[in-house]
Amino acid sequence: MSTGAATLHELRLGFNGVVAANVTLTVRPGEVVVLLGPSGCGKSTILRALAGLLTPLSGTASVDGAPVTGNAAQCAMVFQEDALFPWRTALKNVQYPLKLRGVRGKELKAAATARLEQVGLGAYLDHLPSQLSGGMRQRVQLARTLACEPRVMLMDEPFGALDAQTRLEMQQLLTSVWETQKMTILFVTHDVDEALLLADRVVLLSHRPATVADVITIDKPRSPESQFEETYQRRRRAILEFLGHRPAETA
Amino acid sequence: MTQIMTRPAPALPRLSVPGRSDKSQRRWVTAGIPKTVRHRMAAVVLPMVPIAAFIVLWQVLTAHNVVAWLRFNRMPTPMSVLEALLARISTGGYYDDLLASLQRILLGFGLAAVIGIGLGILVGRSAIVRMTLRPFIELARPTPAIALVPLTILLFPTSEQGIVFITFFAAFFPVVVSTIHAMDSLPKVWEEAAKTMGAGPVSLMFHVVLPGALPGIFAGLSVAMGVAWICVVSAEMISGQFGIGYYTWQCYGLLDYAGVVVGMISIGALGLITAWLVERVGRRVNRWLPRATR
Repeated sequence: MSTGAATLHELRLGFNGVVAANVTLTVRPGEVVVLLGPSGCGKSTILRALAGLLTPLSGTASVDGAPVTGNAAQCAMVFQEDALFPWRTALKNVQYPLKLRGVRGKELKAAATARLEQVGLGAYLDHLPSQLSGGMRQRVQLARTLACEPRVMLMDEPFGALDAQTRLEMQQLLTSVWETQKMTILFVTHDVDEALLLADRVVLLSHRPATVADVITIDKPRSPESQFEETYQRRRRAILEFLGHRPAETA
Repeated sequence: MTQIMTRPAPALPRLSVPGRSDKSQRRWVTAGIPKTVRHRMAAVVLPMVPIAAFIVLWQVLTAHNVVAWLRFNRMPTPMSVLEALLARISTGGYYDDLLASLQRILLGFGLAAVIGIGLGILVGRSAIVRMTLRPFIELARPTPAIALVPLTILLFPTSEQGIVFITFFAAFFPVVVSTIHAMDSLPKVWEEAAKTMGAGPVSLMFHVVLPGALPGIFAGLSVAMGVAWICVVSAEMISGQFGIGYYTWQCYGLLDYAGVVVGMISIGALGLITAWLVERVGRRVNRWLPRATR
């Protein structure tokens, strides 16, 4: 998988002339950058621009220097809601992007099976999405997006609708997949712990219009022990305060 | 035909309130018979009750030539209908009539399905086509197809083409309107996901939009099949030369009332078979739907 760099240069996004986001940001190849901001601040809008689903008002979104256009497959996205095709089995869902890229025959099935095995669903190839749990469906989506071999993987609150236990499993799965492939990830969430657990850098966004308020570089990214350290707790509290949650004095 | 069925509502769970007194009363009848067998017997016997009651009532009313506001004195008896049916199905003319009607249905319905789905997709996908065509469709829709009979007789060189046109006209609107609805209610996220995976317009259409819209389209197709039969039979009665509707009307003219009922039964049977076919294909295509909403 070739990893790419994403650059947002004075990217202004909005609907009907109302600016929803105004962002300048550079994501290095192989980096995990988490966009963190209050609900409805326009985080997802930024991802949609990189995916080519939204035309910016001004500025550029580019991957490896080339401006993003629609249907490019260089930035595949994992959505929060069920983006799987419900009429296709897990295997057929993962085969879809492979087929678009011209993979055929035995190779097609083998490649799709490998992707599903990678996310731990080797035994569920012929299951329809409606026969899978919410967490399993997000695993299939992850496998399908990985099968696109995108330069930059966009993840729009992919674990937001899952229960706490499943979310933790998915975060661990994503981390282990990243360890093997080191793909560039741009991840949107409003969950502070998720951000601190996954990111190389956390980009704090202000409320509408979304602008970069702060960029926090994590010293030891994705190490499970770090959350018990003093710096983690202080950072977590500072971010929560920024987001408008005032933790109790005793906390 | 203005009634548009989208996905049928999920079936409500059946409420069962076991009553103790009810049970003890029934025990003496069903003693010794296992519950499953009893249930299966009920499933066979209960549907027969209204059917048998209907035939008995029919026999009593017609055999005694009852005239009490409703006049049963000229109605055929069940036996005479059965005899007429047996006599009829052993003649070649019967099958010519059935085939003539079937051919008209399949042509009219087929054209309506192809053109209706095509136009529905265009209207659903393109703002310009929607602006242009939607008002025209809505204006033409309330016209009952059967009201077109006089003009189609003038318009088409043969009555055959006229009948097919009327069938097409009737079946077209349920298909086109349900296709537009299916397009409008398609979740955006499927298409967006496909786009970020690099899908082009052709793949989007045939692998995302069409499969996603098929449940809604099939709801329209089964409505269309129903109205197509109504219209083909009515049009045949007015201007046909063959066909099961023509046969039924001709029997009426010849005072062959048993023949009229044979025609009615044949139309019902054909309607049942074609509706079942549409249903069957729809189930196969939309297998992926959760059971409750299928």
